[in-house]
This record gives sequence, C-alpha cells and structure tokens, in this order.
Amino acid sequence: MTMLHLDNVTAGYGAVQALKGVTIEVHPGEIVTLIGANGAGKSTLLMTLCGDPRARSGRISFEGRDITQMPTHEIMQLGLAQAPEGRRIFPRMTVRENLLIGAQVAGHDPGPELERVFAIFPRLHERQAQRGGTLSGGEQQMLAIGRALMSRPRLLLLDEPSLGLAPLIVRMIFDTIRRLNAEEGLTVLLVEQNANQALRLAHRGYVLVTGQITMAGTGAELLARPEVREAYLGGH
Amino acid sequence: MRGLDPQAALKDMLLAGLVALGLFAPLVGLRTDVAPTGALFIRTRWTDVAIIVGLVMAGRLAMHIFLARREARAAMADLSKPGRFATQAAWLARILGPVLLGVALLLPAIPGVGRYELDLGILVLTYIMLGWGLNIVVGLAGLLDLGYVAFYAVGAYSYALLAQYFGFSFWLCLPLAGILSAFWGILLGFPVLRLRGDYLAIVTLAFGEIIRIVLLNWVSLTGGSNGISGIPRPSFFGLPFSMEGGPGTFAGFFGIEPSPVHRVIFLYYLILALAMLTNWVSVRLRRQPLGRAWEAMREDEIACRSLGINIRNTKLSAFMIGAMFGGFAGAFFATRQGFISPESFTFIESAIILAIVVLGGLGSQIGVAIAAIVMIGGFELFRDLEEWRMLVFGAAMVLIMVWRPRGLVGSRQPTVVLRERRRIGSEHVAEGRG
Ligand SMILES: Nc1ncnc2c1ncn2[C@@H]1O[C@H](COP(=O)(O)OP(=O)(O)OP(=O)(O)O)[C@@H](O)[C@H]1O
Ligand SMILES: [Mg+2]
Repeated sequence: MTMLHLDNVTAGYGAVQALKGVTIEVHPGEIVTLIGANGAGKSTLLMTLCGDPRARSGRISFEGRDITQMPTHEIMQLGLAQAPEGRRIFPRMTVRENLLIGAQVAGHDPGPELERVFAIFPRLHERQAQRGGTLSGGEQQMLAIGRALMSRPRLLLLDEPSLGLAPLIVRMIFDTIRRLNAEEGLTVLLVEQNANQALRLAHRGYVLVTGQITMAGTGAELLARPEVREAYLGGH
Repeated sequence: MRGLDPQAALKDMLLAGLVALGLFAPLVGLRTDVAPTGALFIRTRWTDVAIIVGLVMAGRLAMHIFLARREARAAMADLSKPGRFATQAAWLARILGPVLLGVALLLPAIPGVGRYELDLGILVLTYIMLGWGLNIVVGLAGLLDLGYVAFYAVGAYSYALLAQYFGFSFWLCLPLAGILSAFWGILLGFPVLRLRGDYLAIVTLAFGEIIRIVLLNWVSLTGGSNGISGIPRPSFFGLPFSMEGGPGTFAGFFGIEPSPVHRVIFLYYLILALAMLTNWVSVRLRRQPLGRAWEAMREDEIACRSLGINIRNTKLSAFMIGAMFGGFAGAFFATRQGFISPESFTFIESAIILAIVVLGGLGSQIGVAIAAIVMIGGFELFRDLEEWRMLVFGAAMVLIMVWRPRGLVGSRQPTVVLRERRRIGSEHVAEGRG
C-alpha cells in the first residue's frame, strides 16, 4: 500500500503554474527524496500536499484517504508533519515553546514527545529556555525538525534541511534522519538541493524540472545517471 | 551576562539608606537656632532627613538598574537579539507588579486620597483594562486593530439600551455586554481573516468608524448625538447607593453614614476587579495551547499553518476574547458615567489604547499597566496646557520610542519556566552561527 500518493497534481500561484501534473508515490518506511533546481516547484509540491496552495487538479491521498480538498489543519492531524523551507521557527518564543506548538495539533500530552525530541537532539535540551531566534542556523534546523516530530508523525516532510549549513551539521542531520527511519520506521519525503547526499540517503528519488517529474528511480540508480550527474552534481 | 540581582540591589539600597541616616541625622536633623529670647536651642528636621535618605536610596537603586542595563548591553553586543531587557523585565514584573497591585488595592484607604484621585484611578484602570484587552489582539496575536473602541462602544450601548428598554440590571448586563461585543469581534474577524498588517489596520479602522456612525445616525434607537442619559448606576449586589440611607440601601444595610464617596469607591474596586480579571485570563491563556497559538501566529503564520494550527479559529478567538473585555469595560463606562454618546467612542480612543499597548511593549502585562498610568496620568497632569498637552504627549511618545524602541517593557516573558533556572551565557549564545 502506498502511504502518500500524488496523482497528476497541478498547482500554482495566480498565473504561475508551478506543478504541471506531478505523480509520485511514497511507501511506508521509505526515505524518498525530491531533487531539482531552484524554482522547480519542490517547495510548492510539499505545500500543496498540505493543502496550501490547493491542488488545481489531480488527486492527493494519504494512507488511502483523499486529502485533496481537506483543510490544512485537518490534513496535519492525519499524521504528517512538515519542517518548512527556511526553518520558520518562532524567533521570540523559547525552544521549549516552539516544540510545544508542534505538539498542539496532535492534542495529546506533549511530555513524552518532548523527552523523545530532546533525546534525538540533546542540543535542544541544553537550549530549551533560549529564544528560537538566538539559536545558530544548525540548531534552528534541529528545532524545526524537532518541532515537526512533536506531533509524532508517520510521514515527515523536510524542505531543504541542509540549507546554509556547514557540511558537518548537514551530515549530523542526515544521520538523524537515517536513524529515525531505521529505528522508528519513520517515512520521510526529503526535498533537497544537495543531490549527492540526498540520493545516498534515500531509498528512492524523483527529479523535478519546472513542475514536471523527469526521472525516477532508486537513489543509486539516479546517482549513476549521467544527466543527474551533469545537472545536479556538478558533472563529477 | 550578569543582570540585576534584585535581592543584592535591595540590600545595598538599605545599606546606603542606613549610611545616609547615620550621616544626615546629626548633620541635617539637628540644627541649633537662635530663639527670639536670644538663647540657643536645637531644632529637629526629621522630615528633611527622611527626604534625603529616601533620595539616596532611590538614587542607589537607579544606579544599580543603570549599571545592570549597561552591563547587559555590553555583554550582548548584538542589539538585534531579543531578550536584551529580559533580566530587567523579569525584575520589574516580579517586584513592580505586586507593588502596583498593593497600591491599587489600598488606594481608597490612603490618607489624602479623595474623590478626585479615585476618579483618576478609575480612569487609569479603565485604560489599563482596555490596554490588556487590546493586548490580546495586538500584542499576543499580532493583529493590528485600529478600531478597538468599537467594542468599547458596543459594550457601553449594550448596557445602556438593555437597561433602558428592558430594565435589566448592571449585573445581568455585564456578561451580556461582553457576549455581544465578542459576537461583534467575530463579525469583524471573518472579513479580515485573510488580511495582514496595513490592510488589516485599515479595515479595523473603518469598522470602528462604522460602529460610531451607526450609533450616531440610528437616532430612533440610540438617540443619535444626544446620546443616552439616565443610565442606571450600579448597585452593591442589589443594594443601591443612596443619600437617603434607608434600610434597603448600601449605607443603611451596613449601618454607616451615607456618603457619595461610597459609590466611587465601589466603582473603583469594580474596575480594579474587572481589570484583574482581564489580566488573569490573558496570563492564563498565554500558558494554554490557545495563547501559544496566538503568539506563534504573530511570529509566523505560514509556520503555524504547516504545524496544523487552525489559523481561522485562532484569529477569530483573539478578536473575540479581546472584544469581550472591551465590552466589559464599555458596560462599566456606561454605568459610571450614567450618560453615553458616540462622542466618547472616536478614533482617538482607539489610538490612545493602541499607544498604551505599543508603549507598554507589545505583549507585556506590566508594561501596559505602566504605560496607562504614565499616559492617562500624564494627560491629567498637563491638563492646564490644554491643546499643548497633545504636543507634550507626542514628544513623549517619540522620546520613548527612541529610548526604548521595543516599548517600556520590551521583552517577552517565556511562559514555560524551567525548574532549574539556568541562565545561558552570552558566550554560548554567540557560538556557531550556521
Ligand atoms: N507564493 C508564491 N507566489 C507566486 N509564485 C510563487 C510563490 N511561491 C513560489 N512561486 C513560484 O513557483 C515556482 C516554484 O517555486 P518553489 O518555491 O516551489 O521552487 P523550489 O523548487 O522549492 O525552489 P528552491 O529550491 O529555490 O526552494 C517558482 O517559479 C516560484 O517563483
Ligand atoms: Mg524550495
């Protein structure tokens, strides 16, 4: 059974058509990555499946349920969570408050989830009384991921978690994603510019070019394709 | 960063006071004078000594605050960082809040406080309450509302009309006024759900004016510009305040001499209780998921949406609860004045309330209270200057905004405090920026 299914989805903003009939599938327990150049529509795809902007045509289903027209806050209650592009943490609120807001949608006692996120990112535990805006970039990314994990999602949507981070931090974050996937069976849909690392991490990948999927395959397959190497890996 | 340690500062202040007392008691307190008879005698001047000691202590405290601030500022060279005044604000909230509340509770009993002072106190408390109510909308939820006075008007007219047409008592009308205002808050909320910033400000401004103009022109119901007079005054839970002092009245029931001050004192405590209710609800809500969602929405609406927060309900609830407190204050205003007209609900009222919230530091409870005291008290103080006081007021606003761009208490207090109060050093804060 597929966990997430986008079937010929189009979406856009005003006159801009950002997705031109995208079909992708994510199976439970997978890490799937979506790579593509700037402006290809990767973020739009993640946002569209959360209902904002709404798909203009096509069908989106999550765990067998049609969510194409569902209100955003109801979609987020179904067991998916997003760490959006640019982190978007709440700068004047403390780390702990940021995390608590992540748990609000689930409606359960946030205590155990807080413990779990602090175990995954001990840095956040140290900084829990600090304001989000004063965290370093890497810490902010940990906070954004931790905040998404607070609702205990089955599907985690990550939009460019490596953006603007030092290689060491990127590796640490990717390791965390791999561990969450291996140990807890968390399904991940990862949007990345950092194609090399993303394809190494993911089980499968899609290449998005100006709103259309042009290639699909396992991470290793895509890494071996000359077109991919040419366009996204600097031709090495 | 080492902020102000209130205990050490207080101890040091007392010590300075003792030293000053030791020095000035003989130097200033005792003075030899020549009596008319030609003999020398010792004149005591203990009041002067007390004043000097008081000044020394105040100066010492001011010095501590100043030094702590300078130190904090030096430690955090990055001025864009929030929490620059965090320690100071925490200190203010911890000491000043209870002190202000104590003074407010005892005000009618303080010698020298008469009718005039109580009336001023009632006025200030009304604005504190309105400030706290608007603070929910502007300070917490981050929705710039320029028409808050509309809800104040709805509350006032609700009470006046319900009392006039149906003879409802104040205690019945108070909740009704709140409910009606809350309803109007939701009504305003719906059309502005998708608006942000300037657009929201313009629409709320228009809303405030629409309400006022309707009140002005619906003469058959509201009496238009003549307003509504003869609004029933409040009773002490059924016992009216009356100068006759019969058995069924407040004075008669408690067996005391009837006096017009009783009602003023009662009104004073009534508005104090209403204001404290507003404060209590705001503070409580901030710790609840709803209040947290308000603040998160203020910080980043898109992030909220990606976390599954229902933006529509969050916004509507902020408008609704903010409006409800405006309505309570309005009902109080009507019963205190006994007369209302649309003139009391012009845009300038909205502007003053908003100024109180902004000067108070957007989101700070104690900041709003201080700003209201300073502004409304200041208006009163400069009453003789007539129109010039607007100029003084404007200049003061500019000065405050230059001196404290984040408002008087410009720092948000975290709502979840750790059991071990660990302070994070600036050396950690500065570390590893991406
Ligand atoms: N809010 C918006 N309003 C109008 N156009 C938008 C909006 N957001 C994105 N777009 C447009 O939609 C297209 C896809 O943008 P999107 O953000 O999805 O790209 P992306 O693949 O995530 O790029 P990047 O890697 O730079 O983040 C772009 O042409 C962009 O200009
Ligand atoms: Mg993007």
